[in-house]
Amino acid sequence: MENTTIENIENEIVEEFSFFDNWEDKYEYIIDLGKGLKPMDAAFKTDGNKVAGCVSQVWLHTEIKDGRIYFNADSDAIITKGLVGLLVKVLSNQKPEDVANAKLEFLDKIGMKEHLSPTRSNGLVNMIKFMKRSAERYVNGIV
Amino acid sequence: MTDVDKIRADFPILKHKIYGKDLIYLDNAATTQKPQVVIDSIAKYYSELNSNVHRGVHFLSDKATTAYENSRSRIATFINAKNSYEIIFVRGTTEAINLVANGYGNEFVKEGDEVIVSYLEHHSNIVPWQMLCQRKNAVLKVIPVNDDGELIIDEYKKLLSEKTKIVAVGHTSNSLGTKNPVKEIIELAHNSGAVVLIDGAQAVQHTKVDVRELDADFFAFSGHKIYGPTGIGVLYGKEDLLNAMSPYQGGGDMIKNVSFELTTYNELPYKFEAGTPDICGSIVLGDAIEYVSQVGLDNISEYESELLKYGTDKLKEIDGFRLYGNAKNKASVISFLLEGIHPYDVGTILDKMGIAVRTGLHCTEPLMKRFGIPGTVRASFAMYNTKNEIDALVDGVKKAKKMLS
Repeated sequence: MENTTIENIENEIVEEFSFFDNWEDKYEYIIDLGKGLKPMDAAFKTDGNKVAGCVSQVWLHTEIKDGRIYFNADSDAIITKGLVGLLVKVLSNQKPEDVANAKLEFLDKIGMKEHLSPTRSNGLVNMIKFMKRSAERYVNGIV
Repeated sequence: MTDVDKIRADFPILKHKIYGKDLIYLDNAATTQKPQVVIDSIAKYYSELNSNVHRGVHFLSDKATTAYENSRSRIATFINAKNSYEIIFVRGTTEAINLVANGYGNEFVKEGDEVIVSYLEHHSNIVPWQMLCQRKNAVLKVIPVNDDGELIIDEYKKLLSEKTKIVAVGHTSNSLGTKNPVKEIIELAHNSGAVVLIDGAQAVQHTKVDVRELDADFFAFSGHKIYGPTGIGVLYGKEDLLNAMSPYQGGGDMIKNVSFELTTYNELPYKFEAGTPDICGSIVLGDAIEYVSQVGLDNISEYESELLKYGTDKLKEIDGFRLYGNAKNKASVISFLLEGIHPYDVGTILDKMGIAVRTGLHCTEPLMKRFGIPGTVRASFAMYNTKNEIDALVDGVKKAKKMLS
């Protein structure tokens, strides 16, 4: 499979969102993404994989294979699952250093900026931190 | 009779748009919006009165002190306290409870004694008692609830004994709306020799409270939930109990004389008001209470009951709607879930429609665990809400259900 860059995936998502002219369509997309996310194995729903600071429960499992980082995510709330699914779509199957350095400007461009406020209770900011920290640990050779 | 249009005109924030839509504010159990008189009163204090209280000999200090003490008297009248010095200004209900847990609890609770709370309590009426019990090796007992979210009084009776020193219960549940039979709870506690603190944070804005009729030993409430400012609240305590308690915080104003060898404490209420208080908030709270009194708590109570019934009946028609809190005696709170849908998701969709509700545990984690749920969606109504707004909520919930199913 050919690998595409984080930026390319971000651009694809921004283009898809450009066809939506109301919030309902955007949220339908996020909800569908959440529904489509592969269910996480219960064994991975550990305290260590739990993202702190979310009203709903969010788990992120990280794996490294052939120098690339893979994320698997789950949440008990479907919008949260969709939002983390969006991050998985962009950041999974990438080089850890690219994940660590990703700017993720697409979230603003697709009108999800409100979820990026640190005071928002869905914890999108915490999910991003969690994923970047996982990537940094591989980059720094901690794991 | 309540003229809701006239009341709405008093609340400037209700004219605001959220995402281009009319704000529908249904998170009143978290905090209420402020009428113009309250907002003006804040500006007036800093424009015309600002000065420190109880200290200066000068004109302004005297004027500020008079306004501060007048507000205390107004509040005493509002809850029918015998004396205005039984009203202590605090930051809010949380601080009031902590004050009693420390000032009374440290003095009178000993090892092996018991403190009773209930399953319905907000964390702020659990944690200070838990901390007290840990300090004193005392035991925390919990009154259970039935499936409708009502306290089981027969179980409460079994918990009471000569070991019980304090009973701390809410007047009205913030997450389910249950109104507790506080008069009966107090009487039973007194028969066992215990004192009772009533958390009135969800009561005073909805219903007339008479602390003497209830025979409450302590009663706490917050200004911001009764249309007043944040950061100010009230602890009422019976004179003899307050006198017997040790001070909670040391500092200025709470002392009679200070020397490095010995400090003697001031009389009530100043013994419990260390440091410069929230003078502005205290004065403005008096104005908020005046506003509520003018509308009339009987009118408010009647109107909010009507909203509760209207909203509950309409929402119940939605397939998969599950109501939590079905008490016979209930405040204007509707706590619910849609079958198979996380409360956070419903709240997010409602938010996009300009409807503000609370989702989550509502600071009542043990209660949510009791019902085995990850929280609820909570719509809580105030005197300025309308049936049209409830219709919008019902439409919003239907839309959320459609999008999320």
